[in-house]
Amino acid sequence: MKQFLIFIKKEFAHVIRDRKTLLILFGMPIVQILIFGFALTSEVKNAKIVIMDQANDISSEQIIAKIKASRYFEVEKTVMSHQQMENVLKQGDIRLAVVFPANFNNDLLHHNLAHIQVIADASDPNSATTLTSYIGAITQDYMTGILTTNNIPYRITPEIRFLYNPQLKGAPNYVPGVMALVLMLVCVMMTAVSIVKEKETGTMEILLVSPFSPFKIIVSKAVPYLILSLINVTSILLLSVFVLDMPINGNILLLFAESTLFIITCLTIGIFISVKTNSMQVAMLISLMGMMLPTILFSGFMFPIENMPLPLQVISNIIPAKWYYIIVKSIMIKGLGFSAIWKETLILVGITVFMLVISLKNFKIRLS
Amino acid sequence: MSEAVIKTDKLTKRFGDFIATNEITFEVNKGEIFGFLGANGAGKTTAMRMLCGLSLPSSGEATIAGFDVYKQTEQIKKNIGYMSQKFSLYEDLTVLENINFFGGIYGLTDKEIKTKSIELIEQLGLQQQAKKLVASLPLGWKQKLSFSVAVIHEPKIVFLDEPTGGVDPVTRRQFWDLIYDAADRGVTIFVTTHYMDEAEYCNRISIMVDGSIQALDTPANLKKAFKAKDMDEVFYELARGAKRSE
Amino acid sequence: MEAVIVKNLVKIYGKDKTAVDDVSFRINQGEIFGLIGPDGAGKTSIFRVLTTLLLPDGGSASVDGFDVVKDYKQIRSKVGYMPGKFSLYQDLSVEENLNFFATIFNTTVKENYHLIKNIYIQLEPFKSRKAGQLSGGMKQKLALCCALIHKPTVLFLDEPTTGVDPVSRKEFWEMLKQLKSQQITIVVSTPYMDEANMCDRIALIQSGKLLSIDSPKNIITSYPEQLYAVKANNMHVLLKVLRKYEQVMSSYAFGEFAHVSFKDPGFNPDQAITYLKDQGLSDIELKKTAVTIEDCFIKLL
Repeated sequence: MKQFLIFIKKEFAHVIRDRKTLLILFGMPIVQILIFGFALTSEVKNAKIVIMDQANDISSEQIIAKIKASRYFEVEKTVMSHQQMENVLKQGDIRLAVVFPANFNNDLLHHNLAHIQVIADASDPNSATTLTSYIGAITQDYMTGILTTNNIPYRITPEIRFLYNPQLKGAPNYVPGVMALVLMLVCVMMTAVSIVKEKETGTMEILLVSPFSPFKIIVSKAVPYLILSLINVTSILLLSVFVLDMPINGNILLLFAESTLFIITCLTIGIFISVKTNSMQVAMLISLMGMMLPTILFSGFMFPIENMPLPLQVISNIIPAKWYYIIVKSIMIKGLGFSAIWKETLILVGITVFMLVISLKNFKIRLS
Repeated sequence: MSEAVIKTDKLTKRFGDFIATNEITFEVNKGEIFGFLGANGAGKTTAMRMLCGLSLPSSGEATIAGFDVYKQTEQIKKNIGYMSQKFSLYEDLTVLENINFFGGIYGLTDKEIKTKSIELIEQLGLQQQAKKLVASLPLGWKQKLSFSVAVIHEPKIVFLDEPTGGVDPVTRRQFWDLIYDAADRGVTIFVTTHYMDEAEYCNRISIMVDGSIQALDTPANLKKAFKAKDMDEVFYELARGAKRSE
Repeated sequence: MEAVIVKNLVKIYGKDKTAVDDVSFRINQGEIFGLIGPDGAGKTSIFRVLTTLLLPDGGSASVDGFDVVKDYKQIRSKVGYMPGKFSLYQDLSVEENLNFFATIFNTTVKENYHLIKNIYIQLEPFKSRKAGQLSGGMKQKLALCCALIHKPTVLFLDEPTTGVDPVSRKEFWEMLKQLKSQQITIVVSTPYMDEANMCDRIALIQSGKLLSIDSPKNIITSYPEQLYAVKANNMHVLLKVLRKYEQVMSSYAFGEFAHVSFKDPGFNPDQAITYLKDQGLSDIELKKTAVTIEDCFIKLL
């Protein structure tokens, strides 16, 4: 046990004294979360819009107030004529125009039907769709509001609901994905490299010629990275809750338990790579190309798996990150319990056991 | 009066507060075999790098083959050959490919490379191995080949950094035959070694201690001056007082 | 009892690269045994088989009575090993390295401090310095301490002095002599022929084959010819001329002299002086000289 502890202490010393590794280790998750969370989201914020309110009545004003209050829109201008509006739109930085026709409130109250014209700059079709749906959501919200105050039963209004992510935030999709990616990188690459490094520098020779068994060497190599990864999970979750405003809807303990499982899966993969390679370069390349890419491609957080051709869909099943991504989404966003994710958990356990068995079978108690 | 091809005057290299090479002044003549000795960390490598134009001196002067180490490093590189124990040849290329490559690097024409490589392979007795990977050769052969490659462009000076480390005694002597041959052709040899018997093979040697040259003379004169029976004793006498090492 | 027994050991890499070719020797307890040979002679392969890091492809070997294949676990807890490359953790301090290896070997620095005391005293002023920042000689001392800290019965040192300057080499051998008095068997390899004299017995090895095993003294006395040392005004010319001289059996440079032996045991060396003078050399000096291990090695090749 004492041997074990001093080994782990030594591993920590390696990590802590290597400033660059340390920076990558803890800087990477933060940078990735921030990049994915802010820069790469599909949500559109502070889009400049113009409003032409020909009605100027209570309903239109209330809706405009709602639009102004939303953080998605920034009302750049209010115009009075179509001609004026067209000019403004042509300037190019206006993404959307909302037109309230005259008698808006009247139509709504007496004919139960009122129109709003929404003109979007569709040169960027994705954000155009997103923005129009935001306007849709805001008007729906307003309608729901008057319906309840007026308390008129039996009136059916079409309702669009954005499940699990009512504000249509981009972050929920990315946080689980980034978690999978970061853990994959840290655990697989760091473990593989740190073991192979001992082979390269020759210290492995001395360790092998010692009473400390090879199996224990491997385990004590993995433990520090398990701990470091859990720190990473914590920091990602803190960031997503406090910076990205993304609550954890499910059980935190369950989330950590599943994360620990996924970390162990990754560690066994890292160990397997280190068993099979003798140079740090090769270990790094395999970890990056062999693990990073499939994680990005097949975990489902960047490219929907349902849209892939069948063979790729089949391949995606052996990517541990895919299952972890589903698990994290289920717990964090949908707030589901273990009963909903036992299948995915079981698959991860299976992959882990498989990797562990073949790593141990391939592990050499001697050189070459 | 022979002409000096290496000339240094108070050549100094500092790394921060640390003075790696401290005001070394010496001359090496054309065709001379000059042994550059010193304990690990005495500053040999730093000095050698400056002389090869790989590192700028902090102060002092030096000319190599008449070219200034500050301004004319490109010309210096054209006029020197370099070989070290650590890196010399590409292990994953064949003997011939290595000769072709280095010949090309040193600016030989295709025709020159062709005649040179035939000559070289014959001289080293490598006819059977010409198309084999360098990795498959014994260390001694590699070192001999790598020396021949370092002088393929007939440089004025060749720098050898511990060229015979770990080589067997017979091959070591064959290696020195190559060095003598090159010196006879007028190539100046600048060599470092940990084998003190090899120091005896040099025309003159310098011994560096803690960054400065503490002794510089012919082996015979040094032994006389230190009343020592061999170079080992001379070296021990000088380096024993060294305060720093690598 | 013998500390190490090697019988017909064979080690082959790949298909046909024979690194160790039918090597047999025995090492007595408490002796300093030297494997002397150039790089690529097979020294490291033998060390790795003996330290259970490699499996032999033929023959057998045992250390302290334990078989290197079957009983590898027992051997691993008993021997000390210092690989050729500096193999300590560069980013850990002197003290941390020592503590680490002591703990890994189930002991403490305190328990066996007497063994390393003389060496460690020199390292003590730098104990909080990182191993990577130590000088070559200091690194080596630290590596030796780490290999000794669990009081091994047999200590394997693979080329501990390669690339080390003559002063540090001398110091290192002084330390080994002190260890010998502690009843530790020391197996050491080196490419430096002059270090052979420091060993009780040596094996000369080249291309995987043993050339000779005996005490350095016996190897030297078994040298068959009288050896002469010759000097002249020009060494390079001298060597060339000697090679052409038909009376010469062998000749080669040896420090400031050339070492020469003649075919005819009754040869009068004065004839050689006349010959050399005729060839245009001057300042000729010719004298009988003592044989060294290096001469024996050259003879055996």
